[in-house]
Amino acid sequence: MTDVPVPYRVVARRPETADTVTLRLEPLGAPLDDFAPGQFAMVHCFGRGEIPVSVSSVPATGGLAHTIRAVGAVSAGLCAARAGDVLGVRGPYGVGWELERARGRDVVVVAGGIGLAPLRPLILRALAEPAAYGRIDVLIGARSPAELISRREIERWPTAYTGVTVDRPDREWRGDVGLVTTLLDRAEFAPARTTAFVCGPEPMIRATARDLAFRGVPRDRIRVSLERNMRCATGHCGHCQLGPLLLCRAGPVVGWDEAERLLSVREL
Amino acid sequence: MPPSIALRVHHALPAEHRDRLLRVAREVSFPPGTRLFDEGGHADRFWIVRDGTAALDLHVPGRRAPVVETLGVGDLVGWSWLYEPFVWRLGAEAVTPVGAYEFDAVAVRLMCLDDAEFGRAVEHWVGRVLAHRLQAARTRLLDLYGPHNSGGAR
Ligand SMILES: Cc1cc2nc3c(=O)[nH]c(=O)nc-3n(C[C@H](O)[C@H](O)[C@H](O)COP(=O)(O)OP(=O)(O)OC[C@H]3O[C@@H](n4cnc5c(N)ncnc54)[C@H](O)[C@@H]3O)c2cc1C
Ligand code: FES
Repeated sequence: MTDVPVPYRVVARRPETADTVTLRLEPLGAPLDDFAPGQFAMVHCFGRGEIPVSVSSVPATGGLAHTIRAVGAVSAGLCAARAGDVLGVRGPYGVGWELERARGRDVVVVAGGIGLAPLRPLILRALAEPAAYGRIDVLIGARSPAELISRREIERWPTAYTGVTVDRPDREWRGDVGLVTTLLDRAEFAPARTTAFVCGPEPMIRATARDLAFRGVPRDRIRVSLERNMRCATGHCGHCQLGPLLLCRAGPVVGWDEAERLLSVREL
Repeated sequence: MPPSIALRVHHALPAEHRDRLLRVAREVSFPPGTRLFDEGGHADRFWIVRDGTAALDLHVPGRRAPVVETLGVGDLVGWSWLYEPFVWRLGAEAVTPVGAYEFDAVAVRLMCLDDAEFGRAVEHWVGRVLAHRLQAARTRLLDLYGPHNSGGAR
């Protein structure tokens, strides 16, 4: 791991939705250590600053890529990057999903919005080794069909069940409408033998993790990814603190057994 | 009976009441696009989905009815039949081919009057479904899949 940004060139840029793009990156010189699914990088947009961004693709599943939504100055700058532009990248940081711990068990992946991006390499890795896991179910919630990322790829995944539900359907939408948690009823995983991976906005994480626990998935086997403002990503500045945890080091992926208590506190 | 139906009805209805209810069910099926009911119509029956998906929609004059929720296996379709004035509050349409248990509203209401315990159980069940849908609707108002600070002051 290096804490100094190294130059990476944007080799491809794919728009995902109106405000989200996927950037594929290649190192100009010596590459960073390999990222594991669920880990993140600090990506530097020259002249603007740097932000934490998860990997949406790792070398084993097709080269390093980030999927970024423009919400402010830095993310908008990164989203505007073109093929050939150079960005600074440092990492890998954080605890990944640790898919290996799910071996021999059913796998349920629940994604809300752009939360699908960090889960994508985990899904691809699990699907590449079907004998190692039981059922693989992927449940996706999006605000609208237009805000669904990786739309065409999703249809090709050889999962036991892939469900997609939206809040606001458009005229063409023939799929499910409603909360992503309703899709839990359509997936036939065995709760006690299941490991779940959840990423999305925090209220969605809470609703999903509670439902999974209610159904009988062991709390420590519900792995959730928590985002906090990050500056150093090295455990020094304290910006990413959630209760006793510095999420850049202890997270972003944590077990629901630990996260539930912290997310239930009204003010930290 | 598929396990998920057993689970759903089972959650709210004790076995003896569930069996009584299912004894008066008719098995029906609807091709995609069938209107099960329209908003404002007389709520004279209800369904439990056996397979397929049904959409609940809302009448908006001059516009195609927007879908507000979809229901799948084991879900109760329709609750207006239990509460006066027995008028549908939403519309419902089969999205895919739908197989369902169909119940006659008057017959079930009479069963409820006849046997207070059965009536309480059915009302409790439908009430819980309603509470669940209200909670889901409110949670979706938070724009659950938007940026994580949506629903806040921004
Ligand atoms: C571990 C980790 C992994 C992440 N992975 C990704 C990823 O894969 N893809 C991605 O697009 N983002 C990801 N993020 C979020 C990303 O870091 C932020 O969107 C980014 O820091 C915003 O910086 P900015 O300078 O563009 O906007 P700022 O100027 O800092 O913020 C602009 C506005 O957007 C709001 N905002 C900040 N972050 C978010 C957010 N995530 N969603 C919605 N609104 C926000 C702010 O509150 C503010 O109102 C991740 C964050 C963490 C901590
Ligand atoms: S980001 Fe600085 S301590 Fe975690």
